[in-house]
Amino acid sequence: MIEWVNAVVQGILLGGLYALFAAGLSLIFGVMRLVNIAHGDLIILAAYLGLTTTTMLGVHPFVALLIVVPAMAGIGYVIQRGLLNQTLGPDILPPLLVTFGLSVILQNALLEGYTADPQKLSGGVIETASVNVGGMALGVLPLLTFGIAVAVIAGLQWMFYSTALGRGFRAVSDNQDIAQLMGLNKAHVFGLAMALALAVTAIAGILLGIRTSFDPSIGGGRLIFGFEAVIIGGLGNLWGTLAGGVILGVAQTIGAKIDPGWQVLAGHIAFLVVLAVRPNGLFPRVSH
Amino acid sequence: MPEPLLSLTALDAHYGDFQALFGVDMAIEEGEVIAIIGANGAGKTTLMRSISGLLTNAPEQIKYRGQAIGALRADQVAHLGLALVPEGRQLFPSLSVEENLLLGGKTGRTGPWSLQTVCDLFPILQERRAQASTSLSGGQQQMVAIGRALMSNPDLILFDEISLGLAPVIIKSIYEALPGIIGQGTTAVIVEQDISKALSVSSRVYCLQEGRVSLTGRVEDITRDQITAAYFGVAA
Repeated sequence: MIEWVNAVVQGILLGGLYALFAAGLSLIFGVMRLVNIAHGDLIILAAYLGLTTTTMLGVHPFVALLIVVPAMAGIGYVIQRGLLNQTLGPDILPPLLVTFGLSVILQNALLEGYTADPQKLSGGVIETASVNVGGMALGVLPLLTFGIAVAVIAGLQWMFYSTALGRGFRAVSDNQDIAQLMGLNKAHVFGLAMALALAVTAIAGILLGIRTSFDPSIGGGRLIFGFEAVIIGGLGNLWGTLAGGVILGVAQTIGAKIDPGWQVLAGHIAFLVVLAVRPNGLFPRVSH
Repeated sequence: MPEPLLSLTALDAHYGDFQALFGVDMAIEEGEVIAIIGANGAGKTTLMRSISGLLTNAPEQIKYRGQAIGALRADQVAHLGLALVPEGRQLFPSLSVEENLLLGGKTGRTGPWSLQTVCDLFPILQERRAQASTSLSGGQQQMVAIGRALMSNPDLILFDEISLGLAPVIIKSIYEALPGIIGQGTTAVIVEQDISKALSVSSRVYCLQEGRVSLTGRVEDITRDQITAAYFGVAA
C-alpha cells in the first residue's frame, strides 16, 4: 500500500517539473497565440548552457541560474523581435512552421556543439539527499523542484494580475490594435513575454539536467509533456497548468509502478482521457 | 497663418486592393471641435484608423504639429498626444474598469486627467472600478472608453461613433460630458452618423461620401439641404 502512496507522491513532485516545462508554453500562447514547437529544444539549450557555465566556472548548477536565466531571457527577446514577430498574423501556420524549423536548427546546433553524448549537471549531495516523511523517503531535489514550480507559477500569476507588465500582457492578448492605440508596442510586449517564458524555461532546463541525463535529441519529448500539462490544466490558467503537470506526473509514476515500460504510455493515456472527457481541459480560462 | 494641429494632405487609404479614402484634405486648428459626418461606408472609421496609426499611410499625408506621422505605428502616435475612442468601445475584457483606465495612462503623458479626475467626470466608474469591464452597461462601457482615452492626456482626441448602439438618454448624458472634456483645451474630432448631435457641439464640419470630402464649412454657414446632398449624394 505504502508503495502506491509513494508512487503518487513521487508523481506529484515530478509534476512540478512538467509544470515548469509547460508554464512558458502557456504564457506565450496566452499572450500572442503562438504555439512554440521549439520549446522543448529551448529547455535542452538551457540545460547545455547550464553545463557550459558549471564546467567553465566550476559552480553549482543553481549558481549557474544567475547566468542562464538572463541569457535565455535575452535569447527569447531577440528571437521574438528578430524572427517570430514577423510570422505572427491572422494565419496560425507560419509561426508553427518557423518554430518547427527553429527546433530542427537548435537540435543540430547542439549536436554540433556538444555531440550526441548524454550529459548531466552535477548537483552534488542534493541529488541523493532525502527526507523521511511518514515512512516514505522523499528526495530533496524533487521536493525542491516542486517548491520552485509552485513559486514560479505563483510569481507568474502575481505578475499577470497585479503588475503593469501583466496588465499590458492581458491587454495585448485581448486586442492587439487597441493595446497599440494605448501606446503599447506589441512587438516589444511580445518580446518581453518570450523573454519571461524562456527565463522560466532556463529554470526548467537546469532542474531537468540535475535530475536526469540529457542529449540534443530529447527536446521533443519535453515539449509533449509540456503540451499535455497545458491542455490537461486548461489553456490560459497557470494554476491549471500546475495541476495538469501533477496529473501527468502521477499517471506516469503509477504506470511505471504497474510496469516500468508503461511510464510514458500511462501519461499519454491520462492526457487522452482528459481530452476526451473535457476537451477544454480541467480548468479553462480562455473562452474565445 | 499658424500651422494647424493636424493636417491631412491628399490622404489615400487602402485595405488590400480596396481603396477606402481618395485624396482627403483636412486641417484642424488647436482648440477646435470638428464633426465628421457621413453614411455607413463613407470612410469615417478608415479616416480614424489612418490618423491614429492603425493603418499605415505615406508619411507626409498626415502631419501633426508639423511632424509627418502618416507612417508611424499607433503606439508612437499615441505618445505624441493623439487618442482615439474607438468605434464599438472595445474595452479589454480581461481587465477591470480601473485597469482599462490605467492602461490608457500607459503613455505617461501628464496633464489634467488622472484616475481621480476621470472618476469625477463619470462618478459611476468610481463605484464600478473593480468590476470586469464587460459587466457594465453599454453607456458605462462608453464612459470607460472615453476615460481610457483621456487618461493619456491627449492634445487631440478622436471620438468614433460614441453614440452607436446606446439609448438616447445615455447619448444625451455622454454629450453633456463633452464640454467638460473639450473645456480642458483639448482639440476634438467627433465622428457621427447622428448629424444633429455632432453638429450641436462642433464649430466646423466635414462630410464624407464614398471616401471623399463632399462638403466642409462652419456649422452655422451650412444648410440642411447642403448636408442632405453631401451625405446621400443626391442633388439638392
